Amino acid sequence: MPALQIILSAVLAVLVLAGISMMSKVRTAVAGNLLSAFAMLCGIVGTLFFAGVVSVWTIYVSILIGSLIGGLLAARVQMIQMPQTVALFNGLGGGASALVGLLSVHGDGAFVRFTALLAVAVGMVTLVGSLVAAGKLHRVLPQKPVVWKAHALCTLLFLALTLAFVVAGAFVQGIGLTVCLVGAFVCASLFGLWFSLRVGGADMPITISLLNSLSGVAGSIAGMAIGDVFLVAVGGIVGASGLLLTQIMCRAMNRKLMSILTGGTMTPPAPQPPVIEENDNENEELIRRIMDLEKKIKELEAMVADLETRVKALDGQLNAAPAAAPAPVEEAPTAASVLSKAKDVIIVPGYGMALAQAQHQVRQLADKLESRGARVRFAIHPVAGRMPGHMNVLLAEADVDYEKLYEMDAINDDFKNADAVVVIGANDVLNPAARNAVGTPIYGMPVLNVDQAPEVIVCNFDLKPGYAGVENPIYSREKGVYLELGDAKETLMRLMAGIA
Amino acid sequence: MIHPLILIAVFLVSAVLGYFIIRTVPSLLHTPLMSGMNALSGVTIVGAIVATGVAFLAGDGFWAQFAGGLAIVLAAVNVFGGFGVTHRMLKMFDKKKK
Repeated sequence: MPALQIILSAVLAVLVLAGISMMSKVRTAVAGNLLSAFAMLCGIVGTLFFAGVVSVWTIYVSILIGSLIGGLLAARVQMIQMPQTVALFNGLGGGASALVGLLSVHGDGAFVRFTALLAVAVGMVTLVGSLVAAGKLHRVLPQKPVVWKAHALCTLLFLALTLAFVVAGAFVQGIGLTVCLVGAFVCASLFGLWFSLRVGGADMPITISLLNSLSGVAGSIAGMAIGDVFLVAVGGIVGASGLLLTQIMCRAMNRKLMSILTGGTMTPPAPQPPVIEENDNENEELIRRIMDLEKKIKELEAMVADLETRVKALDGQLNAAPAAAPAPVEEAPTAASVLSKAKDVIIVPGYGMALAQAQHQVRQLADKLESRGARVRFAIHPVAGRMPGHMNVLLAEADVDYEKLYEMDAINDDFKNADAVVVIGANDVLNPAARNAVGTPIYGMPVLNVDQAPEVIVCNFDLKPGYAGVENPIYSREKGVYLELGDAKETLMRLMAGIA
Repeated sequence: MIHPLILIAVFLVSAVLGYFIIRTVPSLLHTPLMSGMNALSGVTIVGAIVATGVAFLAGDGFWAQFAGGLAIVLAAVNVFGGFGVTHRMLKMFDKKKK
């Protein structure tokens, strides 16, 4: 019997792998996902038979409840909420692994006890960490890193205690085992809480990816505890690939995984200043914003006065020729006039576009430009948004053809030849300071070469530095930069109206 | 009972395979990929089923069965929700196919 089970598990694991590899191409991705799901279904049915639990009716009731909740959530959730949804699902998976560990902890042998306890620990870290991550992404928890007293020390302490309980639990039984179980459960949960609260909003993509990997590992370990090959295999696949994805992201953001995870553990003095600075920054930013607003009000007042005089001057003409609308006399080029002439346009979306929900307006702009014969491409930085590939999903939601979405390396050499670049809610990913501002958080991060473009139109909410807190020199460039500040939806509408 | 060393070997082999297969996925599809992997991590439902079934058949107390049932519910949300959102996302990419 076990031989058949192992062979079947191997076949299903290969199916899962095939499904994942089919997800590397858009054309086969849907089928790949279905293939993975099918393999999972077979795994579930197979398990029912092999474990001899077909007759247990509570299993079916539970699956039904879970599938209804999951299916409903999957159908309802908006694309912008995808990162927190994935984090939430992920946490639930981790919680399930922890429960499996909990149930199998009283099995025979040190190996079973060890893996069961480890499944509880890793599962709880995943559950708590994912819930905090989802909370941060959903803005019910503070986006900024939360640092408590002796934070790094506590984090390390909880981790060490968790490991100690897990290892000790393998060698004891009875009351001692229960103590170790409770200890591992509590310490792992606290570790998950401490480490995830320390992570800031912009590092969330990496955290989610890592937690995703961790939930795979948790499942795999739970599989070891109950001796299920299929579970071990798929958990291993998820664990390893999640880790690779995490690495890819770290490289794209020029962040060290360790420094995100441990925060201050490695270099205690480092994390403290940024946190204090951030509070200051916030105040400064508020003041700056108020001043900006005041300046804008003054500008508007001046414009109104100017318009009034013009209206008076035009009044006479209007009587003579009522049909001729008073066309604004534009000498300097504007964002709209630049776009009207452009034949080759690159659009750079960022998280701001997601926040403003402006992806549909972006699509309309692209359509409008294309209908005028321009070539429109989208340049996607690997870590734009709150999740790798987040921009692609949002643009796909707005019906942008994926063939127009270009990865950074594929399009970076074309910026200098483009007639115009439209930046929508992106900042750090195009900040040229990353190339030369040594010592700043973004130094060394590969960025989009927007600064090489002759004409740059920036549709950002404001000019304050992005998450990295580094000023973007593009904004103060003297020529060829048009700042269209405010809500991206409105500025895009204005732009489109301006394109004759 | 399957030997622990076999289980560890299976873990290592599948980890290496998974590692190399992910490398081929372009960043365009990283969000659906992550969501798909997330759904796969709900495979722990298999473990939950075994644990629940064993607890049920052994006539374990209410709490053991409740914990097992809860594990299945959580994992099922993970699996069905995960594959569901992944499917939705991928279909959006695909619908412009000519």
